[in-house]
Amino acid sequence: MVIPFDPVILWTDAFIYLLIGIVIAISSYVRRHPHLVAPWRRVTHSASGMSAFTILLFFVSIGILDTIHFRPTIESSSHETNTQTFSVEVLSLLDVIATPLRTNVEKTYSAPLSAYLYAKETIELPDGGQIREFARLTFGGAHLVNPETDHRQDITIRSIKGAGWGLFAWSIIIFSITIWLAYQNKTRYWQTQQALWRGQTETPWWAIFITLNVIIVLSGAVIALATHYHVLGTDKVGQDVLYLSLKSIRTGLVIGTLTTLIMLPFALFLGIAAGYFRGWVDDVIQYTYTTLSSIPSVLLIAAAVLMMQVYIETHPDLFETILSRADLRLLFLCIILGITSWTSLCRLLRGETLKLREMEYIQAAHAFAVSHWRIISRHILPNVFHILLIAIVMDFSGLVLAEAVLSYVGVGVDPSMISFGTMINAARLEMAREPMVWWTLLAAFGFMFTLVLSANLFADAVQNAFNPRIRTLPLKTIQPAKLTATQNTISVKQKNIPSI
Amino acid sequence: MNPLLEINQLSTVLYTGGEPIRAVDGLSLTIYKGETFALLGESGCGKSMTALSIMRLLPEAGQIVEGQIKLADHDLLQLPEAEMRNIRGKRISMIFQEPMLSLNPVMTISAQIDEVLQHHFDLPNQTKQQRIRELLQQVGISDIERRLSEYPFQFSGGMKQRVMIAMALAGQPQLLIADEPTTALDVTIQAQVLNLMKAIQKNTHMSILLITHDLGVVAKMADRIAVMYAGEIIETARREAFFSNPLHPYSQKLFAALPDKNKRQHSLAVIHGNVPPLSQTFSGCRFVDRCDQSVKQCYEHVPSWTNTDTDHYVKCHLFNQPQQLVSRQTENAIPIARSPSNSPNHELLHVTDLKVHFPIYSGLLKRVSGHVKAVDGISLAISSGKTLALVGESGCGKTTVGKSILQLIPVTAGSIQFNGIELTKLSPKALRNGRSDYQIIFQDPYSSLNPKMRIFEILKEGIDALGIDKHDTVHRSESQTKLSSSSIETRIDELLRQVNLPAEAKWRYPHEFSGGQRQRIAIARALSVNPKLLICDEPTSALDVSVQAQILNLLSKLQHNFGLAFLFITHNISVVEYLADEVAVMYLGRIVEKGTVDEVLNHAKHPYTQALLSAVPTINPQPDHAQIELNGELPSLSHTPVGCYFHPRCPRAMPICQQSYPEATVFTATHAAHCHLYEHAVTKAVI
Repeated sequence: MVIPFDPVILWTDAFIYLLIGIVIAISSYVRRHPHLVAPWRRVTHSASGMSAFTILLFFVSIGILDTIHFRPTIESSSHETNTQTFSVEVLSLLDVIATPLRTNVEKTYSAPLSAYLYAKETIELPDGGQIREFARLTFGGAHLVNPETDHRQDITIRSIKGAGWGLFAWSIIIFSITIWLAYQNKTRYWQTQQALWRGQTETPWWAIFITLNVIIVLSGAVIALATHYHVLGTDKVGQDVLYLSLKSIRTGLVIGTLTTLIMLPFALFLGIAAGYFRGWVDDVIQYTYTTLSSIPSVLLIAAAVLMMQVYIETHPDLFETILSRADLRLLFLCIILGITSWTSLCRLLRGETLKLREMEYIQAAHAFAVSHWRIISRHILPNVFHILLIAIVMDFSGLVLAEAVLSYVGVGVDPSMISFGTMINAARLEMAREPMVWWTLLAAFGFMFTLVLSANLFADAVQNAFNPRIRTLPLKTIQPAKLTATQNTISVKQKNIPSI
Repeated sequence: MNPLLEINQLSTVLYTGGEPIRAVDGLSLTIYKGETFALLGESGCGKSMTALSIMRLLPEAGQIVEGQIKLADHDLLQLPEAEMRNIRGKRISMIFQEPMLSLNPVMTISAQIDEVLQHHFDLPNQTKQQRIRELLQQVGISDIERRLSEYPFQFSGGMKQRVMIAMALAGQPQLLIADEPTTALDVTIQAQVLNLMKAIQKNTHMSILLITHDLGVVAKMADRIAVMYAGEIIETARREAFFSNPLHPYSQKLFAALPDKNKRQHSLAVIHGNVPPLSQTFSGCRFVDRCDQSVKQCYEHVPSWTNTDTDHYVKCHLFNQPQQLVSRQTENAIPIARSPSNSPNHELLHVTDLKVHFPIYSGLLKRVSGHVKAVDGISLAISSGKTLALVGESGCGKTTVGKSILQLIPVTAGSIQFNGIELTKLSPKALRNGRSDYQIIFQDPYSSLNPKMRIFEILKEGIDALGIDKHDTVHRSESQTKLSSSSIETRIDELLRQVNLPAEAKWRYPHEFSGGQRQRIAIARALSVNPKLLICDEPTSALDVSVQAQILNLLSKLQHNFGLAFLFITHNISVVEYLADEVAVMYLGRIVEKGTVDEVLNHAKHPYTQALLSAVPTINPQPDHAQIELNGELPSLSHTPVGCYFHPRCPRAMPICQQSYPEATVFTATHAAHCHLYEHAVTKAVI
C-alpha cells in the first residue's frame, strides 16, 4: 500500500492541532460539570452571537482545511514505480479543493467576473499585424464564444443554478437539524419546526438557519461561478483574488489564536503569582510589565522580526520548502505579539487575584494549612477562568487587525505568505491607478470585516452570558414557560434537605 | 386618617432565566399620613421588590404585571416615565441599606443635595445653598460650613446615612421608603439614625415605609406592621397588638427564634426548611410546609384574611374556625443540657497582652509613618467546653483578634498559648501540624465556600491537608490508600450528618444551598479536622433570624457533644445572652470590660458597655429602659485619643480621662473593667 502523499506538519499546524486538542479537552470537561455548562448555555441564547458563531465556524473550517498540509506525489518520468517522488510544493486540503482557483492563473489584473484583461495589450494577429486591445483571459470566461452577448446571461444562469443547489443543500441541513432536535426533545417534528421558527426555543435556531442560508446560498453561487470565472478578479500576477482571500483566513486565525496561546501562560502565571504572593514577587512582576508596556510595541516587533529575518536568510539550509520558511516567520510573529501583549491580561488577573486572596474560603484554606500551589490551582485558577475566556475572545479580533497593520508596515508575515495584510499592501499602490483596481482591497476588507465583526459579536455574547445580572433570554421565550411552571409543586431540591 | 399610599393587588415578576419568579404576589397595603408602616420579613420574601415597585425602579429583569399603586389620587403605574420622575425624590423618597454605595464618590455632599433641589424646585442659588444648610442641620451634621464641600469618603458610615436622609428630605416628600436603613450600621449608630428618623417624622409629618428584618427596630419605630412571607402579606396589625399577641404561626416562630437569656437552657425554636421558591403557583397556604400547626385544609385552600381584632388581620386557616384558637400553644423548646458551669475545665487558650499593629507606609521610599493598632494589648482565656464572646462595634479589632490567634495574621507582640504551647514562636512546620486543633467559621457563608468546588471537595480539603486519617493508614500500600479514600467518604457523610445535612449533599455545588445550609457546610468543614477550639467570626450576622436559630442550636449541640471551646466574635447582644459563658467588650483594640455573662450584661460597669446595651433595640421595651445615646462615632484606630480611648464619646467623662488610660479595676474574681470611675470607689471599699 502506497500513500499517494507525504503528510507535512508545519510548526503552526502543530500548534493548531494542540489548540484543537485543548479545546476538545476543556469542552469535554465542561460538559461533565453542570455549573460550567450553565454560562455556555446562556451564550447560545443570543441571536446575534449565534449567527456570528455560525459565520466563525465557517471561517474556522476553511482555516482547518488549510491547515492539513501534505506533499503530493508527482508522476516520475522514470520507470521505477515503487519509489515515489514527492513534489517540493506543499499543498493543503484547501489547495486541493480549490485547485481550479489555484491553477487558473492569468497574466495580470482582471476585473471580477470579467472575460477580458484589465489592461490593453498588443496582440499579434495571425496575419502578422498587431492591434492593441483587451485580450481574452486564459481561463476566465474562456468557454464563451462571444463574450459581448453571452457574458451576462451565462453569469446569471450559473449563479441561479448554484444558488438553487445551495438552497437545496440548506433545506437538507435544516431538515436534519430539526429531526435531530425533535428526537432530542422527544417532540413531534412539526411542533419542533414551529417552535424553531417562531423563536420559542432557548437557542435562537432561526438566526442560525438564516445565517446558514446566506452562507450556503452564497457559497453555492460562488462555487458555480468559480470554475469558469474569477469571481473576485485577479491580482497583479494574475492570481485569483478569491483564492488569496480564502488562504488569508488561516493566517488571520493563526495570528488570532496562537498569539493568545503563547501569551496565556505568561499572563496567567505571572498575574496570579503577583496577586497571590504580593511583596517582592509582586514588585518584580509589576516592574517587568510596566517596563514592557512602555516600550512602543511596533518598535519591539519590528526589531524582533528583522532579527528573525536575518537569521532565516543566513541559514537557508534549515528549511526544506518556502512554505516552512514563511511558516516559521509566522510563528515567530505570533510569539513576538504574544510577548508584547500579555501585560494587560496580566494586570487584570493580578487585580482579580488580589481580590480573591482576601476571600474567606482562601483564608479557610490557609487555616487548614493547604499549600500555596493547591490554593492557586484549586481555588484561584477556577475563579479567574471566566476573565481569561472573555479576554481571549476579545483579543482575537484585535490581533487579526494587528496582523494586517504589521504586514502593511512590512514587519508582518513573510511576503510569500498570503494574508490580509499582504493583500492590502499589494493593493495599496493600485488605488492610485486610473482606472482604479479596487477589488483586491475590497475582497480583503470584506473578508476581514466579516471575520472581525462576527468575532466581536460573539465576544459580546460571551461577555453577557458570563454576567449573571443580564437577562439573556427575550421575554417571548420565557412567557410560554410560565404556563408550564404553574403545574410545578415545590421543587425537589428544596425538599430533600431538611433543616434541624 | 387619610390614606396616603394605597397598594392594590400588586404583582411583580422577575425574569432571571428559568421560570419567572413572582417576587411580589397580590400584595395590598395602605399607609396613612404621618404613620410609620413596617414591612417585616426575612430575606428573599419580596420586601425590597415592593419598595422598588412603588418607586418604579425595578431592575431590567423585573416587571409589574398587575395591580395599582395609588399615591393620594394618582395611580403611579399609569403615569408616563417623565411624570414619574417628578414623583421620585419629590413626593416619595427612598434611602437604601448601604450608605457607602448610594452616594456618588466623586461629587461633594452639597452638589448631591443640590441635584435633588435643582430637579424639583426652581430656586435661586442663594436660597438653594440656604436650604442645603438647613437640611444638613436637620439631620444633625455638625460643622456644616466645612462639611458642605467634602466628599463622601470623608464621612463615616453613620454620617453618610445622615446625608442620604438629608437628600431624601430635600424634596419634602410625603412618603419616605427606608429599605433596611440601619442594617449596615453598628448598634450605637443605628440608635442615632433611628432617633433622627423619629424626630424628623415628628416635625414634618411624613409617612415612613420601613422595610426591615429586625423585630427590635420594628418595635422601636413602627405604628403598624405587616409581616411579609413568600411575596405576600400574611399578617397586619398595630404594633402593640402584634408584639403582645402575634397570630400567624410564622410570626410566632419569628419571636420564638429570637435568642435571649431566658432561653439559655433551651434550644431555640426553628422554622424548618426554606422559603418556598416563588416560581411556583401555590394551591394552599405558602407557609404550610414549614408550619407545625398545619391541617389538611392548609394544603388545599389558599387562606383568606381573617379579622380577629380591631385592625388585626391574619391570613391563616386557624382563625377561620374560632374553636381552634385555644389549642395554639405549642412550644417546641427542647431543653439542652449545657455543661455545668462548675465542672473543672482546663484552660485551653491563654492570650496575654496580644498586639497586632499594621504599619502605615507613606512617601516614595515607603517609610513607616505610623501604625494602625488594630489589637493593642488584649488578654483573654478560654477553657475547654466554654464560650467566650468578644463584643464590640465594627472596626474595633474583633476579627483581627480571631485571625491572629489562628496565626493567619502575624502577631506584633504578646503571647498566645494553646494547650500550653506558645503559638507565636512555632516553626511553620509545627504550626501546620497543630492547625487541626483550632479552626474558624466566617461571617459570610457566601464568600467562605469556593463556588467552583463541590461540597465533597470542600470537606476533603481539610481532611487531606492535615492528614486526619493518618493513623488509619500507617502503611501506605495500595489497598490501604483505597480504603482510606472510602474512609474519607464515610467521614464526610458523618460530618454532614453532624450538621444535619443529607449525605447526598456532598455531590452538589455551594450555589445550590441557602445561606443557612452553607453556614452549616462551613461548620462541617471546620469540624472535619476535629478541632478543640472554634473561632466563630460573626457566624450568624449575615443570616435571617430563623436560620440564625438553626446555627445557634447546632453550635450549642456541638459544644455539648464534643466539648468544643468557642471564641464567639459578635456585635449581637442577644446572641451573647443566649450562648456565651463569659463576655469581653472591646473598644478600639482594647478590652474595656470582661466578666461572666451575668456580670457584664446585667451589671455593666463601663459606660461604653452600658451605652452599647441600651442602644440595642429590644422587642419588649421596659419602662425604665432609659437610652444612653452616644455622640459621634468610633475614632480611627490609627489616631487613638490620648487618655481613655472612650472619653470623647463618654457621657460621664472626667478630666482625668483625658490624661491617662485607666488600669483594670477588679470587681469580682471574674469581673473587671478599665474605667476611672471605679478606681476610687473600689479602693475605698478595700480600705
